[in-house]
Amino acid sequence: MKFVDEFRNPALIRQAADEIRRLARPERHYRLMEVCGGHTHAIYRFALADVLPENIELIHGPGCPVCVLPMGRVDDGISLAVEQGVILAVFGDMMRVPGRRGSPLEHKARGADIRMVYSPLDALKLAQQTPDRQVVFFAIGFETTAPSTALTLTRARELGVKNFSVFCNHVTIIPAIRAILDSPDMRVEAFIGPGHVSTVIGCRPYEFICRDYGKPLVTSGFEPLDVLQSIVMILRQLEAGEAKVENQYARVVPWEGNRPALRVMSEVFELRPFFEWRGLGFISQSALAIRESYAEWDAERRFNVPGVRVTDPKAAQCGEVLKGVLKPHQCKLFGKECTPEHPIGALMVSSEGACAAYYNYALRRAEPAGV
Amino acid sequence: MIVELPPAEPHLAVIEVSGVRRRINIDLLREDGIALGDWVLIHVGFAMSKISAKEADEQIRLLKMLGEDELAMEELAGYRFDEPAA
Repeated sequence: MKFVDEFRNPALIRQAADEIRRLARPERHYRLMEVCGGHTHAIYRFALADVLPENIELIHGPGCPVCVLPMGRVDDGISLAVEQGVILAVFGDMMRVPGRRGSPLEHKARGADIRMVYSPLDALKLAQQTPDRQVVFFAIGFETTAPSTALTLTRARELGVKNFSVFCNHVTIIPAIRAILDSPDMRVEAFIGPGHVSTVIGCRPYEFICRDYGKPLVTSGFEPLDVLQSIVMILRQLEAGEAKVENQYARVVPWEGNRPALRVMSEVFELRPFFEWRGLGFISQSALAIRESYAEWDAERRFNVPGVRVTDPKAAQCGEVLKGVLKPHQCKLFGKECTPEHPIGALMVSSEGACAAYYNYALRRAEPAGV
Repeated sequence: MIVELPPAEPHLAVIEVSGVRRRINIDLLREDGIALGDWVLIHVGFAMSKISAKEADEQIRLLKMLGEDELAMEELAGYRFDEPAA
């Protein structure tokens, strides 16, 4: 419990932890999945597992956008800069994600024009500032980020920016959750639902999880107390034999989501028939493509994208970790060949990746000279 | 916090966090109505949802606890789309 003092209100934390202990039946083993990478990060950072009874196991879900992107798509994006000579604009957490022949950062060092941006609007501005060059924005992310890309495309059209396009890799969370529920090696009893994705999609899209699979989902904030309260709400449902969607993060997440965001997404994007996810394989209707009406700004239509398929390095077990079948430290490469300084897999790159979070917090604490 | 709503640019608002001022896009909150003094959650240059001043304070504190307050400020300071066109 030594990390508890770091929280603003240790008494409330203890109260929530006590309630969890009271509710958790000793004869049961609870497997709860936190869908969102932000929660994974917070859970490790605050060592929340330390305040939970041993029979509550937190499984890390697929909600880290960088982690679920297959290596082939990274290579496809890089090829736009290397083969087609475009300026490739990428978010910072993509810069170190390994491709087959290196990360965007390594390709940049070899001369490719790859630039880091903080917003898709920065990429659009870059295109306006360099009218003699093609600028491609490497779009990744769940529904939290997709509306921003969509709005940027509407701005590109309004402003008539012809040398700008988007390499779209946006994915949607619901089909991934369904794939996990349908996976034979997954046994999850309930979900800690995403916080920021839910500000966009609201809570209704999760209802099938309760109705069709009989499992509770509670959308959760990111404070330690938020996560613990969500676990209390889940355990109360399980105890009462209920399965419903509840919103612990109502102070930020509207039940109906953000309508302008959903509208602009549906104006600009359509569902791809299928998309490959690292660790989960091909999932139907799980990703967004740019609609015909915005074809002019679609990098996959404008350029010859090779459509690379790459299998992950054999020794790396990113897929198993992503599905929660293995814990990060159970991967053969963890902490040896694969570290945040020299990542082999994407889960070691992003701060929301389970491996990086485990390496930075849990492992450090396990060392005698640690925190 | 929203400190300015430039009338000539209806897509944008000027926000200030810890002394740093930047323009952000507010199209996603059009239906909520945005006013001076409102606090908003920002993601990749876009205001995502309105929050209370207390929640904004909690958010900043959470980022500090996560050791990510500097990264968040770096992102904010890093937005380039409000620079004048070349």
